[in-house]
Amino acid sequence: MSKVLMKGNEAIGEAAIYAGCKHFFGYPITPQTELSAYMSKKLPKIGGTFLQAESEVAAINMVMGAASAGIRAMTSSSSPGISLKTEGISYIAGCDLPCLIINVQRGGPGLGGIQPSQSDYNQATKAPGHGDLHLAVFAPASVQEMVSFVCDAFDTAEKYRMPAMLLADGLLGQMMEPVSFDDVKAYTPAEKPWAANGHKNRRPHNIINSLYLKPEELERTNFERFERYADLCKNGQRYEAYMTEDAEHIIVAFGIASRVAKSAISEARKQGVKVGLIRPQTLYPFPVSAFDTIKDDPKVKRIMSVELNMGQMINDIKLAVECKKPVELINRTGGIVPSVKEVYDRIMEANK
Amino acid sequence: MLKDILFAGFGGQGIQFCSKVVANAALLENKELSWLPSYGPEMRGGTSNCAVCIDDEPIASPLVSSPRYLMVLNAPSYDKFINLVQPGGTVIYDSSLINADTERSDIDVFGIPATRMANDNDLKGGANIIALGYMIKKTDILSLDIIKTSIEKMSKGRQQLIANNFRALQLGYEYSE
Repeated sequence: MSKVLMKGNEAIGEAAIYAGCKHFFGYPITPQTELSAYMSKKLPKIGGTFLQAESEVAAINMVMGAASAGIRAMTSSSSPGISLKTEGISYIAGCDLPCLIINVQRGGPGLGGIQPSQSDYNQATKAPGHGDLHLAVFAPASVQEMVSFVCDAFDTAEKYRMPAMLLADGLLGQMMEPVSFDDVKAYTPAEKPWAANGHKNRRPHNIINSLYLKPEELERTNFERFERYADLCKNGQRYEAYMTEDAEHIIVAFGIASRVAKSAISEARKQGVKVGLIRPQTLYPFPVSAFDTIKDDPKVKRIMSVELNMGQMINDIKLAVECKKPVELINRTGGIVPSVKEVYDRIMEANK
Repeated sequence: MLKDILFAGFGGQGIQFCSKVVANAALLENKELSWLPSYGPEMRGGTSNCAVCIDDEPIASPLVSSPRYLMVLNAPSYDKFINLVQPGGTVIYDSSLINADTERSDIDVFGIPATRMANDNDLKGGANIIALGYMIKKTDILSLDIIKTSIEKMSKGRQQLIANNFRALQLGYEYSE
């Protein structure tokens, strides 16, 4: 099949259907509404469920119910709506259930604005809900990656029995690019012996629960969960390294910021400036391994984090390079995307 | 070489449709491309714009801050964008709605009374495609044939729509000042 032109939001929906997700629960919010609209048109035709809930809180709890039964379920929202979902996300993590949550970020805090942002980085990677928990967080930078990461996110969620999040932004959600579904592998449902589904008394019943009143028991569940997180951190880090081999300046950027950075890097390279890009594709786990050689490489003078927020990922970069290199911030926020020229000027200034 | 195009006008003038015709045409030519709309309050009655990037290489930034090509259908957008056009760039504007006034001599600026032509030819709402026809004539963005194929595909067999858009496209393509 040839490529088709799709909006990021619609491509997420189509990819989820490819990935075997037939159950979507959501509540509309700009700039992700096209995704809900797409699912509302498609899912009823393939025997699935599209349900517009009365609120984000209800939607995430419906996802929890569907995931408890062992089926692939998802919800989507944008920043303020994700905040409302955090209670449910914590319960889902506490119940060790897989699911997919889409955040097409907009500016904040509060009701904020509706233009693109990356200011939910900390929420997604550090505290997506109360308690000790993590999400597997994927950061696509193109419509094509939205497709492949939706499929990977479902697989990762099931493998590690944890919720996954696709952290996009309003710009990626709204833009159209050619996209191909040729390489999307067919979904084969995995065995889920833990699922609370019908079994006609052929096995003991399963209980999905996150309440443990005995501290020792609760501690044990946390220890077990963090063993899985450790496994993910060891084996699930993903990133793209672009023109880093001879680079003296390393830009780190994910999502739409990385696209702007790439254009700025091309311009700077034309002027002979040795600059490269590390583009995290997973944010949890943060791709620490990308910095293994960079942090001790004498030719690397500095690292610059390009973000659509007040500087959130920059702290993970500092940890990854163990403060052996200076890490600077290039940022815009409130719904503004830095221009190629802004990033280029900072590179040229640094190279003086 | 990157061809970055900005389409701008009032919401309802068909800016999105027009830019989608170009984006789909680029797809038909197997080009790399991105299509990025303004969204939010802008598209609800205010100014609307869409950025299209076409290249043989993958598109890095889909944002267009200084376009090589500008199609502009209303005066506020003309004022907003005229000074952002790249030196050597080309501007197509609707001269029935915009009193073009620029001191720039480093860009080519072409006016076409697209709205008046649409009204005169019983093509209400077709100013966008008339302007597109003129843009295709005045630039090397894409060929007239591939634009026609794109319109056909996007119109999904609605023959009257296809006929009207072809007529509008031809009017613009054959226009001379």
